[in-house]
Amino acid sequence: MSDLRELYQQVILDHNKNPRNFHEMAGATSKVDGYNPLCGDHYTIFLQVDGDTVKDVSFTGSGCAISKASASVMSATVKGKSRDEIAKLFDTFHSLVTGEGGSANAAELGRLAAFSGVSEFPARVKCATLAWHTLNAALKGDSQSVTTE
Amino acid sequence: MSLAISHSVTYDVDRVRRDFPILQRSVRGRQLVYLDNAATTQKPQQVIDRLTRYYREENSNVHRGVHYLSEVATAAYEGARTTIQRFLNAKSEKEIVFTRGTTEGINLVAQSWGRKNLRGGDEVLITAIEHHSNIVPWQLLCAEKGATLRVAPVNDAGEVIVEEFAKLLTDRTKIAAFGHASNALGTINPVRQMTELAHAAGAIVVIDGAQGVPHLPIDVQEIGCDFYTFSGHKVYGPTGIGALYGREALLDAMPPWMGGGDMILSVSFEKTTYNALPYKFEAGTPNIADAIGLATALDYIGSLGLEKIAAHEHDLLLYATERLQEIKGLRIIGTSRQKASVISFTLETVHPHDIGTILDQEGIAIRTGHHCAQPLMMRFNVPATGRASFGLYNTRAEADALVEGLKKVLEVFG
Repeated sequence: MSDLRELYQQVILDHNKNPRNFHEMAGATSKVDGYNPLCGDHYTIFLQVDGDTVKDVSFTGSGCAISKASASVMSATVKGKSRDEIAKLFDTFHSLVTGEGGSANAAELGRLAAFSGVSEFPARVKCATLAWHTLNAALKGDSQSVTTE
Repeated sequence: MSLAISHSVTYDVDRVRRDFPILQRSVRGRQLVYLDNAATTQKPQQVIDRLTRYYREENSNVHRGVHYLSEVATAAYEGARTTIQRFLNAKSEKEIVFTRGTTEGINLVAQSWGRKNLRGGDEVLITAIEHHSNIVPWQLLCAEKGATLRVAPVNDAGEVIVEEFAKLLTDRTKIAAFGHASNALGTINPVRQMTELAHAAGAIVVIDGAQGVPHLPIDVQEIGCDFYTFSGHKVYGPTGIGALYGREALLDAMPPWMGGGDMILSVSFEKTTYNALPYKFEAGTPNIADAIGLATALDYIGSLGLEKIAAHEHDLLLYATERLQEIKGLRIIGTSRQKASVISFTLETVHPHDIGTILDQEGIAIRTGHHCAQPLMMRFNVPATGRASFGLYNTRAEADALVEGLKKVLEVFG
């Protein structure tokens, strides 16, 4: 059970049950779909970008607890941050969930640290990163949908 | 002696399990509980040994050598074809074409029979419970020919509504293609009745037997279908091998779909004459070892008794279905009256992937996702399901382990 408790930390269970910013956004500056075709996970990320700053983020869709909690925590974390800050956070988060970055800086990650258990479950890395890849595409101005396969 | 002999007296599942070395291994520190048989089945030692023996003692190319080993390999390969012919009760070995699996079998029919015979305005009829491999080849064909794909609906139990299927059959329908059993829901289709209806409308019938062959005795003449195709790896044989049954008259009139060695009689740059059936459809050096391994797998299940296997699996289906009622918020998707030992389910509060991960920690392998049947998932308004599928070596104790594992899932998600 210990690995499972590591994976399904309280923060994840909470964000899965009560996802933050879980709604469509009127007046979004961009909107991108993210799919995981093998799982059937599907989210839409809405952004309001002002110059270099992501003013607002929201999302809709459905998927597993890991993917939904990740989208929720991400939306709460990146709000008000610059493109560069978000890109660095994604790098750190990616290293954390793939277990490739050694010990990530917990202070830097904040709530995102709740996803540390994912590295023990390689099959679930794509769940944890789906929303991030989708956000990335939205920031790059890709209007096409992205997939994690 | 009492007549009420339980099947467990005549079907010794413990002895059967000893034939499957992988079932002895542990996974994540737990005894493996393998409930993903609709994806692929494990292989008995008999099949593993046969493959080894082929490569150690018999390996050679077929149909072309005059030397000893080539004769041995050819005899074993053609012997495998005969085994499959008898297994399906086809009239002749000429009606058995080796393929890589079910998908290739369906594509062969679509590309060869379909491209030759379909015209603009024609229709292909499938059902709402088809696997993607029995949807996409027909979409490709219809797009090329300007034909239309029609889909017969299913009811809330996941059964094809035969009256609707019948209504969709018209003089425009050239092909009716449907599964024998659904990989996602377990539904067993009334294939004989559907075949009669399609024939009455003048359509040919293609049956995806991927989930039929592992669970049911098959008699293609009794069903009356024109084509029937299945995969070896879903019936305790190797991956990368399967077979297509086709009625001889149809196969004979069909053009080859791949060109190469073995499928020709003579080649010149001006004209090539094709080989006789079934070789016309087997271009290139075939998958000799796995064809022989597949025949060994069919001999193996034949030795256990197909009716006994079906009874054992049906017992597991009923037992597991009953026990799963204990799980709060569990909904079984697919409650067909005629059902193979496949149970698709959702939990009210937990996504199938999370279920799969937690069960995996208990050593229990199930499939989660859309099971290559996305339109079907949409029909039942679920993005994905968990699927436990039982094979000839599974036990009631493993169904119990599944139930206990699901209780743990609910515990984690509190």
